[in-house]
Amino acid sequence: MVSVCFYFQVHQPYRIRNYSVFEIGKNHNYFNDLKNAEVLKKVAEKCYKPANKTILKLINKLNGKFKVAYSLTGPIIEQLEAYAPEVLDSFKELVDTGCVELLDETYYHSLSFLYSKKEFQEQVMIHRRKMKELFDFTPKVFRNTELIYNNELASMVGEMGYKGILAEGASHILGWKSPNYLYKAKGSSIKLLLKNYHLSDDIAFRFSEKSWREYPLTADKFSEWINAVNGNGFVVNLFMDYETFGEHHWEDTGIFNFLEHFPKEFLDRSYNDFVTPSEAVERYRAMDELDIPFAVSWADIERDLSAWLGNDMQRDAIKKLYELEEDVLSSEDNKLISDWRKLQISDHFYYMCTKWFADGDVHKYFNPFDSPYDAFISFMNILNDIKIRIKEVKEMAKVDSNSLANVPEDKKFWVCDGRVLRNRFELAAALKNMNTGTYGYHANKNKNDFAKWVNDIMGDKKLADALLKAKNSALAAREVEIRINELKKK
Amino acid sequence: MFGWEFPPLNSGGLGTACYGLTRALNKKGVNVLFVLPRILDKKPDFLNLVSLDLPVIGINSSLIEYATSKNYPDILRKFPSKGIYGKNLFEEVYNYTEKAKKLAAGLSYDVIHAHDWMTFQAGVAAKEISKKPLVLHVHSTEWDRTGGNNINEYVYAIEKEAMKKADCIIAVSNFTKKKIIEHYSIEANKIQVVHNSIDIEGINQNRNFDIKKHYRVALFLGRVTLQKGPDYYLYAAKKVLEIADDVRFIIAGSGDMERPLMEKAASLGISDKVLFMGFLRGEELDSAYRMADVFVMPSVSEPFGLTALEAMSHSVPVIISKQSGVCEVVRHCLKTDFWDVNELANKIVSVLNYKSLHKCIIENSTSEIKNFSWEEPAQKCISIYNNLLN
Repeated sequence: MVSVCFYFQVHQPYRIRNYSVFEIGKNHNYFNDLKNAEVLKKVAEKCYKPANKTILKLINKLNGKFKVAYSLTGPIIEQLEAYAPEVLDSFKELVDTGCVELLDETYYHSLSFLYSKKEFQEQVMIHRRKMKELFDFTPKVFRNTELIYNNELASMVGEMGYKGILAEGASHILGWKSPNYLYKAKGSSIKLLLKNYHLSDDIAFRFSEKSWREYPLTADKFSEWINAVNGNGFVVNLFMDYETFGEHHWEDTGIFNFLEHFPKEFLDRSYNDFVTPSEAVERYRAMDELDIPFAVSWADIERDLSAWLGNDMQRDAIKKLYELEEDVLSSEDNKLISDWRKLQISDHFYYMCTKWFADGDVHKYFNPFDSPYDAFISFMNILNDIKIRIKEVKEMAKVDSNSLANVPEDKKFWVCDGRVLRNRFELAAALKNMNTGTYGYHANKNKNDFAKWVNDIMGDKKLADALLKAKNSALAAREVEIRINELKKK
Repeated sequence: MFGWEFPPLNSGGLGTACYGLTRALNKKGVNVLFVLPRILDKKPDFLNLVSLDLPVIGINSSLIEYATSKNYPDILRKFPSKGIYGKNLFEEVYNYTEKAKKLAAGLSYDVIHAHDWMTFQAGVAAKEISKKPLVLHVHSTEWDRTGGNNINEYVYAIEKEAMKKADCIIAVSNFTKKKIIEHYSIEANKIQVVHNSIDIEGINQNRNFDIKKHYRVALFLGRVTLQKGPDYYLYAAKKVLEIADDVRFIIAGSGDMERPLMEKAASLGISDKVLFMGFLRGEELDSAYRMADVFVMPSVSEPFGLTALEAMSHSVPVIISKQSGVCEVVRHCLKTDFWDVNELANKIVSVLNYKSLHKCIIENSTSEIKNFSWEEPAQKCISIYNNLLN
């Protein structure tokens, strides 16, 4: 007998829009909502809905003998919630059959493992909570973004309690070893499931390729190929993007037809069955230890990190992004934190790839930018806006800590009518009850002593700006009161 | 082959393209007879240059060669010495055609190849005399030169008439091919696209200039005329300077918009930051490229845009307008619509400020440009000749 383990990746990024250098500090909307909604709705119609329907039908028809696993990223879940909630419902229905397993990954489909272990763990926890909340499911198997994997990752994920982890099984990584067995990661007891890239790619990439000598791929033929693994392995791991069904291969290629007929064909042959990743991990022993010190992935022919981190722009952009980690997180500004995390989505770096630029290929898939340079420019401009937001938050915090207290004795404000001001309350009171002459002495077209005092001594630029705009003492007083209330709330 | 200008006596891309093409054709064994209004003493060793010995005025005749219809009267004013030069450019063209006709009658050749409207009538005449196939090479149309406003009907008529009579038309880009189809009513299958190219040889990469110790340099290089969009460059400069005031904007080239542009720079309050260098050639031209941290070609309508390839060969990051032919053949550069001044400024600032972007573009474009050579366009021309002869 031989088992087949299906796992489908379900992900759509938050694409950023064309963000100009002239918007820095002025506009905090980074994402191309229109395009994102458009892509999501399109993919939902062409892929998610019909594919979910087909799989549910198969599970029912084969009395639970057909099983699959999904990994849904945070961005796809959020966007489905916003633009196609019925798709999310159909995923829930699938999970409820008990034949569908969910995997954990970083919520933001990020490369965080390579740049910040702390952020990585945090994002895995966010994902875990989301799976529990939405599907009442607690994953036991982990997959990292784009199947990026090395020994260190396996150890960390093992310590986090996962029993299994997925990785790419390309032959130049495995050598003579077969991807159809399970392995133990070096330095950890976690088990590895390796993608059978040959058979996976027959579906994912070659299915509709008319020049392929095996075209057309039938359920019967494919079942035979898998059946041939009998005796040479336990489990054939077919890992692919879910968009394979209906989007990479359109419906008219016969891909849904194939999906519908393959399971029965396969099950009809010598005790074969379908397993979920966690079942495979429980059932099959590890044949050997696998030592993968350098990061591998499932992308491009190189199967390394070069799709995201292959050029100077990509490395520069991601380094600058993670340099902001501490400042962003300590800001406690939820919108800022979420924006920063959305910028970690690996697709942003994928769009900056110059490696395949000449040929045009999968890097173009729903790429919102005409060129990797344009992708980089918008990303970096946005990062610079994030930096300004961080600075603003910090300045606010500075003001907050001594916001309503008195200024030092030697920094008091001496009003020309003899009053002395030590804090915002006194300033507000004085302004409320101030004659035009006195006010005009301090605030006129050449200067504004109040604004200068508030800015220089209190460090409250916001109030200073408001005072500069105030046309008279009453309006100025009002601005001070508004500011006091604002600071009190903090 | 009928040409109008040839290095070192050229004023722009036309002469450079003719040089590159004929040299590559020669290497491939094509015997080219290149007819010019006049030639300098220095002849290239690879080419049989034939001069029509039109009388020449000693001073900067290059201005005339690339004159736009708008400033023809200027030329008359500038060169009033009647009898020596001819009344105007049209008369020069007329003289060229008449002399070429006589020349064509006495020579033997297989194919006639004429570059741009000034030589089109000569090409047609030669075809009528010899019954040999005529290839017109369109480096620029009246529609590009005028931006579609106030086109010179006479020039347009010459172009259209010759295109009708030609056996094949070579356009330097799909962009130009489209223009020819749209504005000259020529069937698409009569037009072949042969993109220009560049031969990279011995590029001096020395970037040691005093100006670079203090400033970052943006470069506009080309005729200062409506077609090349120097005004958009200026508006972008104004925007860039709001963010990065250490950038200096060079305008290298001359043309009818030079004065208005200087005035515009003054009214924008940036005349101290925009440097007009005038028309450059040779070593000076080379220096301008090497001085630049970014090259900007904001053309309104650019049939090809050889300067972009030249800048790339000097390892300068390039920003080009999408309304250009060169846009079809280069990838490692930044592209914008010429009218989108904000986006142009955004890209100038970005390429200057983001070091990794600057480096990445230079690395990739330098290796991209190495794949260019005039051999490919020459080969395409030969195929066109062979098709016409069979």
